[in-house]
Amino acid sequence: MSVDLSTLTVTRELDVTGLKCPMPLVKARQEIASLAIGDVLKVISTDRGSVKDFQGWAKAATQVELVGQSEESVDGKTLYIHFIRRLR
Amino acid sequence: MNTAMLAVDQTGARSNIHANGQALSERVAALEAQLAAIQNRLPKDKVTIVVFSGDLDRVLAAFVIASGAATLGQEVAMFFTFWGLNALRRQRKLQGKKLTEKMMALMSPADTRGMGVSKLNFFGAGAVMLRQMMKEKNVSSLEELIELCAGMGVKMVSCEMSRDVMGIAPEELRPDIEVGGVAAYLADALESKVTLFI
Repeated sequence: MSVDLSTLTVTRELDVTGLKCPMPLVKARQEIASLAIGDVLKVISTDRGSVKDFQGWAKAATQVELVGQSEESVDGKTLYIHFIRRLR
Repeated sequence: MNTAMLAVDQTGARSNIHANGQALSERVAALEAQLAAIQNRLPKDKVTIVVFSGDLDRVLAAFVIASGAATLGQEVAMFFTFWGLNALRRQRKLQGKKLTEKMMALMSPADTRGMGVSKLNFFGAGAVMLRQMMKEKNVSSLEELIELCAGMGVKMVSCEMSRDVMGIAPEELRPDIEVGGVAAYLADALESKVTLFI
């Protein structure tokens, strides 16, 4: 990803750890609707499928942009982190 | 070229331009009408799902796809027919039914909780096991997904013909559904980019 995620201004964080498909998407969609246009939502998930799911969401919907994705390992668990910007 | 000839030429050119202009605006109007007709026939951001099966696992897949599509900003329409109608059931009613309809009702689940799985059901034990495993893995239950879809504006349509054939009374189904037939499905499916039969 070309964007430096560490300097990105995140408006809100959403913890969807433990949730399975399709709930990470559904919760993120609900959350981003309450943000202002241009704001960035950081979604923290443990669902491996969410990586492709968030890419698919950004590809299919005109309302959001996937700014970047990253992975972190915490206590032996992999966290899949997505940065989503509301476009409209 | 003398002046008289030039004047005649100019008048001719003007009437030519006028005729050309008229022909052009007629063509533009015809093209616009054609474009509007084509735009009307273009698929929309829409997903249409036929739920024929009444198996817990299949119905679950249908609602996962429906909720996902709604999240992606798609308009979603679900059509429930035959065994799929059990997904819309709220209660079982025997009163006022014929013997065959009563038998059908008693052998069908009273609501989504009574659904079996498509494989390894073993008289419902498989369904209980699947629900238990889903709970352990923190996967939303079918009932949660149905309510989620209803809340996201997923259109649910019950097929009138199969409801009547199966002897299911309208009051046995959810009250927030629409009623339709094959043309209702086709009207939605024809303008959808994705249509599934589950």
